[in-house]
Amino acid sequence: MILVRHELRQGRGALGIWTAAVGLLLAVCIFIFPEMENEMGGMGDLFGSMGSFTEAFGMDRVNFGTFIGFYSVECGNILGLGGALFSALCGVGALAKEESEHTAEFLLTHPISRGRVTAEKLLAVMLEIFFFNLCVYGIAVISISLCGEPIPWREVNLLHFAYWLLQVEIAGICFGFSAFLQRGTAGVGLGIAILFYFLHLIANLSKNAKFLRYITPFAYADGAEIVAEGKIAIGLVVCGMLYAVGGIAIAFLWYGKKDIT
Amino acid sequence: MDAIKISGLTKFYGKARGVKNLDLRVEEGEFFGFIGPNGAGKSTTIRTVLGLLKADAGNMDIFGKDTQNFRNEILKEVGYLSSEALFYPGMRVREVILFSAKLRGRDCEKEGEKLCERLELDLEKKVRELSLGNRKKLGIVCALQHKPRLCILDEPTSGLDPLMQREFFSILKERNLAGATIFLSSHILSEVQEYCSKAAVIREGSIIACDRVARLANTGAKRIHIKGKVNLSGLSDMRDIQNGEGEIRFLYGGKMEALISVLSGQKVEDLEIVEPDLEEVFLHYYQDGVE
Repeated sequence: MILVRHELRQGRGALGIWTAAVGLLLAVCIFIFPEMENEMGGMGDLFGSMGSFTEAFGMDRVNFGTFIGFYSVECGNILGLGGALFSALCGVGALAKEESEHTAEFLLTHPISRGRVTAEKLLAVMLEIFFFNLCVYGIAVISISLCGEPIPWREVNLLHFAYWLLQVEIAGICFGFSAFLQRGTAGVGLGIAILFYFLHLIANLSKNAKFLRYITPFAYADGAEIVAEGKIAIGLVVCGMLYAVGGIAIAFLWYGKKDIT
Repeated sequence: MDAIKISGLTKFYGKARGVKNLDLRVEEGEFFGFIGPNGAGKSTTIRTVLGLLKADAGNMDIFGKDTQNFRNEILKEVGYLSSEALFYPGMRVREVILFSAKLRGRDCEKEGEKLCERLELDLEKKVRELSLGNRKKLGIVCALQHKPRLCILDEPTSGLDPLMQREFFSILKERNLAGATIFLSSHILSEVQEYCSKAAVIREGSIIACDRVARLANTGAKRIHIKGKVNLSGLSDMRDIQNGEGEIRFLYGGKMEALISVLSGQKVEDLEIVEPDLEEVFLHYYQDGVE
């Protein structure tokens, strides 16, 4: 586990910054709810009648005047998008950074197999995502308590679990890309995360684009749908996890045989 | 036993040649020089042996073990210093050395400290603050602290000042005397001539000469320096001719009898005949390859 510790040390700065940024935004969002709640009389109707915009963000399926309705859409977007970007960066840089920073030669001339390097780097990525989610979950729960709202545990837990799965999937897919890349990794990672986000918006907008729900992880991490249905769409999660496993398998296969230049 | 045995190694980067059908043997305990200019295939050979590159064809054994099947076992016995010597920029020197030792599963603290002291390496500096020379020193410590049986060093002295170069070679000589095999890739021929017992010359991806350094330098040619106004028109087998004011220098591969015969009766103020150094031999090999 030497490499896992090494990776965690190398990534602790980014982890701290992303956790603080997403956690802070989430907390601010939670703390403004009591103020917004008083003004929600007319706003709920307004948010529910914005046509495509309403459908794209799932605001037609939840009551924006309730805390969990508000949390699932507003906080969901912050954690969904923020978490997706963070996990994409973690995944896509994991293997590629050794080549872009020219440290692969140093690392891979030690008696450590490429399979072990890949496995330990993957574990480090997953641990970073776990710590990120654990901290953000803690910040969210504490913030909800502090602003005096009763905590709807089931919905909050389901939402955070779904976002964690989303991040695992995106990290897994980006990890696959990481094995091929040498530079420009951030652009690829961010591009993948944002592409998935917009595919989800398109899937919500058009009935002909519903198939996109089987491609983007934002479909099963749709906060409004989770709160409305009281569950996560297992079929979509299975699809997503298969994509993640595919990405990881490709990373192991390719990184094991590629030339380190 | 052979420390390194390479047979028929071929590696292409797409259509570009890396090395082609390369054969090389380095016996255990040798201080071996691997000579060639940039792009000749030195680093490709080393990187392929170490498993960083996949060979298109050929077999490579280190201490009798196939490098593809026993990579980890082999790397436990090998210390490698890359030509660029790049490390994690945010880490301190001490952390990199410790990380390298941990990756080897060894406690090399004492030896690491000794090497740092001899090379005057500041353990508390961050890698991003290090000059090329200091990065090289860090690379040397990481490559040698576990006392490897085989040291593979790719252009190790670039960036080191002359005093440090001397100290570095003194460490290598000690290791060699203790039984370690040293494989030194370099285009600085004087250091190969001074320290290596045997050397191989690589040109365009193939070994064109491999022998003891003393024998390699002894090509039969002599470096001739004549002072005085002489006419050498009757003399053949002259290369690398440098005409000066009232003097001429050239590499002569013909019979000494013919040279003396041409010079006899001419106004020779001074005549110097010396063995060519390895640099001249190297140029000889490379000039012959120029079409």
